[in-house]
Amino acid sequence: MKENLLLGAEAIALAAIDAGISGVYAYPGTPSTEITEFIQKSNIARQRKIHSTWATNEKTAYEAALGMSFAGKRSIVCMKHVGLNVAADPFMSSSLTGVRGGLLLVVADDPSMHSSQNEQDSRALAKFAMLPLIEPSTQQEAYNAVHYAFAMSEELALPVVIRISTRISHSRAAIVPQALRAENALSPDTDTGKWILMPAYARRHYAHLLALQPELVKRSETSPFLAEHKTTSKQGVIAFGLAYNYVMEVLRAHKLNVSVLKISQYPLPETQVQEFCNAHEHIIVAEEGYPVYEELLRGFFNNPKIHGRLDGTLPRTGELNPDIIAQALGIPAAQTLAVPSLVVGRPPELCKGCGHRDVFEALNAVMQNYENKQVFSDIGCYSLGALPPFNAINTCVDMGAGVTMAKGAADAGMFPAVGIVGDSTFTHSGITALLDAVNDNSPVTIIISDNSTTAMTGGQDSAGTGKLEQICIGLGVAPEHIRTIIPLKPNLEKNITILKEEIEYQGVSVVIAQRECVQVAMRKRKK
Amino acid sequence: MNTNIILAGVGGQGILTIAAVIDLAALNQGLYIKQAEVHGMSQRGGEVQSHLRISSEVIHSDLIPLGAADLIIALEPLEALRYVPFLKSDAMIITATEAFVNISNYPAIDEVLNSLRTFNSKLIAAAEIAKELGNAKAYNLVLLGAAAPYIGIETAVVESAIRTLFAAKGEEIVNSNLAAFRKGRGII
Repeated sequence: MKENLLLGAEAIALAAIDAGISGVYAYPGTPSTEITEFIQKSNIARQRKIHSTWATNEKTAYEAALGMSFAGKRSIVCMKHVGLNVAADPFMSSSLTGVRGGLLLVVADDPSMHSSQNEQDSRALAKFAMLPLIEPSTQQEAYNAVHYAFAMSEELALPVVIRISTRISHSRAAIVPQALRAENALSPDTDTGKWILMPAYARRHYAHLLALQPELVKRSETSPFLAEHKTTSKQGVIAFGLAYNYVMEVLRAHKLNVSVLKISQYPLPETQVQEFCNAHEHIIVAEEGYPVYEELLRGFFNNPKIHGRLDGTLPRTGELNPDIIAQALGIPAAQTLAVPSLVVGRPPELCKGCGHRDVFEALNAVMQNYENKQVFSDIGCYSLGALPPFNAINTCVDMGAGVTMAKGAADAGMFPAVGIVGDSTFTHSGITALLDAVNDNSPVTIIISDNSTTAMTGGQDSAGTGKLEQICIGLGVAPEHIRTIIPLKPNLEKNITILKEEIEYQGVSVVIAQRECVQVAMRKRKK
Repeated sequence: MNTNIILAGVGGQGILTIAAVIDLAALNQGLYIKQAEVHGMSQRGGEVQSHLRISSEVIHSDLIPLGAADLIIALEPLEALRYVPFLKSDAMIITATEAFVNISNYPAIDEVLNSLRTFNSKLIAAAEIAKELGNAKAYNLVLLGAAAPYIGIETAVVESAIRTLFAAKGEEIVNSNLAAFRKGRGII
């Protein structure tokens, strides 16, 4: 087989195609987006008619993947860590229903929050759901893990989670692929109780999930991704997933004699962990993310052997790197050249010519006339409106909250209550929020800054393109208070007037600021 | 053989084209490669970097440790300075001299260039050279050419990677990119 130089995300996508998936379901989110994009561009996927269009949000994605599994086919569902919060409902339930066709959840965490609102660790959610999780250390392992996980998913009739993080997803390495497998045949599940989570059934399924746990441990203990480097040293490192790379880098560079237990599959391989802990006196637990397993190993009684993020041996927050691991292993910090003092930061900014810029300019002009100048906003490129030169928004919390928080503030008596949200974020989680506002006739003005794409993640299709006005009418917003503006310089005065009129209206109003993303427009011109 | 390279620039400048050429050349040499990129929010005009590691041995870490880089290739001079803690003491900085000013507090360009001269560095007017060659877009190839002697891969192999990578765009584009690369190579 020919080697391919692929991002970790792309390695997973290629493996999913090779493993015979019939569908990928996803909502874009850094660092997971490239998995679905790779499948969308794949010739084999196109020939096989593998489903790959974007879902409206992570919950709809997960449920559709579950439906494909019910029908007997293999599916993969991909999201970023915070997307799993949105999909948590079907995710938790799927641990009880189990699956028919293999189902993989690939969740991409973003420790250090390079492009995210938090650095939650998805391993905690897999543990919560009592599902097996594989955390590859390398891009090749990520490729292999997909094949392995699909087999396990079908053998145990359980969803399997693959957890990656920024540095594996967005780093390239050469991948040796395996042979292409046929898709599963259509064979809908005929089991009459398996997919019914009414209490009497659910209790039975829960007992089954609990009974499977020893089998999951056994599989972790015989996992092909488990490795141990034994030495005579009393010092050891338990290195999880990506952390293993940094540990090996440091051991080689500094010729250290330290034992390493590499763990890439959960629940914990109990036998190996037990033996390793018995054989070593000083153990560093290196995890890319929360100290999920360090906490477990340390225990309430504070096992003195265990060191890591909780005792300051490693930093409590942020991603790991070789320098942090070296320090934890007692290597003095390298003497490095200093960054000259004239170097200043270069934060991201809205693109030149971006429509959001014109929206913020108009909005700022309107809001300066009110005592309460605060504006609720949301997740997307327009979050950059929080930074200079605009300083135009006061919240950026979670997908859809720009609408609902404005509604809640209006309920509290705040006036004006203005929310600004992107088109893709609006369809992701703002529609139900707007329905709440309509049903209460809350005096809010929601600006949908519609660039007809999911821009922050690189310009993926947006579920509401061309439908936003109809959606708002369908939700019950009065048609005369759904106004469309074109955010361009020459329209500034007109747009200010319209925004002012709608903010003064004592009910639900929506202003759709419609202009295509400049990046997408530029790409279209090149084609 | 073992070369650690930091590629630096501003989101949208195209550091990944340089990475793609080196990656392909290294792959054709049978070398191990790891290349960590920045995607997401920073790509909107912010500082971006890529850690590119090539080696005849297995590479463990996707990230280059501090003080372990052999080379910085920067498409923007201020961005070159941002990553000097990654350099080995005898390492090289190859940077374009043209400033990308999208921040109000960008320092005086002369000070930036003078600061770069205090390091082991080669300052290349890459954009200007590319424009003179009639292919303004190829400034990254000019820079790559200037960096070529420090990568640890034979120039002919890098040139063949350029051919492969641009082949789909036609012979004319291949040749003008090769010309840019050779011009950069000739400066050093």
